Amino acid sequence: MLLSPQEVRNVALLARLDLTDDEIEAQAKHLNDLLPHFEALQALDLTGVEPTSHSMPVYNVFREDVARPSLTREEVLANAPLARGGCFVVPRIMEGN
Amino acid sequence: MAELHDLCAFECSELLISKEISARELTAALLDRIEAVEPKVRAFLTVTAEKALAQADAVDEKRMAGVPLGPLAGVPVALKDNLCTQGIKTTAGSKILYNFIPPYDATVVRKLHAAGFILIGKTNLDEFAMGSSTENSGFHTTRNPWDLGRVPGGSSGGSAAAVAARMAPLALGSDTGGSVRQPAALCGIVGMKPTYGRVSRYGLIAYASSLDQIGPLTRNVRECALLLNAIAGHDPHDSTSTAVPRPDFAMTCGRGLNGLRVGVPKEYFGHGVTAPVAATVRAAIDRIAELGATAEECSLPYTEYGLAAYYILAPAEASSNLARFDGVRFGLRSKTFSGHIGLTERTRDEGFGAEVKQRIMVGTYALSAGYYDAFYRRAQQVRTLIRRDFDRAFETFDVLVTPTAPSTAFRIGEKADPLAMKLADVCTLPVNMAGLPAISLPCGFVEGLSVGLQLIGRAFDEETLIRVAHAYEATTSWHHERPKL
Repeated sequence: MLLSPQEVRNVALLARLDLTDDEIEAQAKHLNDLLPHFEALQALDLTGVEPTSHSMPVYNVFREDVARPSLTREEVLANAPLARGGCFVVPRIMEGN
Repeated sequence: MAELHDLCAFECSELLISKEISARELTAALLDRIEAVEPKVRAFLTVTAEKALAQADAVDEKRMAGVPLGPLAGVPVALKDNLCTQGIKTTAGSKILYNFIPPYDATVVRKLHAAGFILIGKTNLDEFAMGSSTENSGFHTTRNPWDLGRVPGGSSGGSAAAVAARMAPLALGSDTGGSVRQPAALCGIVGMKPTYGRVSRYGLIAYASSLDQIGPLTRNVRECALLLNAIAGHDPHDSTSTAVPRPDFAMTCGRGLNGLRVGVPKEYFGHGVTAPVAATVRAAIDRIAELGATAEECSLPYTEYGLAAYYILAPAEASSNLARFDGVRFGLRSKTFSGHIGLTERTRDEGFGAEVKQRIMVGTYALSAGYYDAFYRRAQQVRTLIRRDFDRAFETFDVLVTPTAPSTAFRIGEKADPLAMKLADVCTLPVNMAGLPAISLPCGFVEGLSVGLQLIGRAFDEETLIRVAHAYEATTSWHHERPKL
């Protein structure tokens, strides 16, 4: 099962990577080289085997819902490539004015 | 007397405590050493000379005033550049974070400051800790101090090279599939991945959250235990850190090995492990047996599936973790884009390197609709089988012994094929999937290049690892060897 350039383009869209045509070609080659290595897993009989998402049995960890010290707005925005009026600046997401 | 930069952390601390040297003298000597050999090794991304000297002065003042200090107070430490340091640039080896200055310290950094350690610099790594050589760094490749034409291993290659080259007596790295142990092996030093949950990951820039763990890189086993003492413990900021009692890990140094049962998993001597590495490790196992332990071959039958499962799980987690790099809150922001999706897409294409993009693509594919069950869920099930292999082995054995890496340090550029590179972690990554602790320590040299011995223990039983590693180390002199630079 080989991935087509179009399928790879779709994965890139999901991953939010604006890849060039050359990069799409390289990624397709990498994925198509890699996928056969995963076939060994398909051949295993895994009936009744529970998945492990985490090596330690940690589930929900709760704390009291109380305010704690946090970073100031200035500290949070200090790394922003673009900030204005105490906010991060993002491109317009709605049409019109 | 040896030059100050040649002293191990323990020797430094003795001289500091007896006030024969000051933290400033020690720090200045290491900064001189960095100036002399760093142009060859290139272990660092940032050297924090001024801040380090100021911290050293503060420790010296406290010591003169009689304030009680930690056992290694005044000893400099280097930190992998994916550990957040307040006010000090932290890049994770990526151009996408080329200008990121964290507003807070990682918990391990906070603990090191509290214990009086001096932060001397931030070390190079494969971008976002994805790699086994530092060749994937967005900035430069670190050289192996034993042979400057070879890699130091990775991803914590900068930390390992800095310690091996005597630019820092101690360092921290992070280990997701072997990223502390493999560079420790390739640079001839000690490196440990503690049990998952032993050390807080708060402030560690995430690669694969269910596998990542911060660990020490040191010149000898006792110092590894002392550095682990300083960073271990539960942290409310990391809900996966575990509230188990923290022993004094150095206490088991010097205990004998009588009655210890050592398992030697046969699968770890296949998988492209070179004959000289296998022979060197087997000789070390014989030595451990001579010290009173019984060594016996055992089997971890699902080992062969580890690599494939890991290269689904780790990229899947990475694809999710790295979604936060969108050009809005920190780091790089593309100047040529249209629309909000365009901003994210262009920023990520410009900021991430080839290996990171590949892993994000693999992870996104494995998690995407229609493939989730075939890839991600299956890999998680295989993870269960790998864990059970270890559980079964630890019913019989106290510790498992394997090579850390299948070969000694390879040449820069030698493993251009990304699949060949991934084999470098074949002996280490099953340990992360099972969440277990493991230590690598030097056990010999092949043609001037170091070989690492890996000891794997039960969850939260780092003490046995330190006991065995220290007992072995005490009968050898590999850890006294040093590269000629």
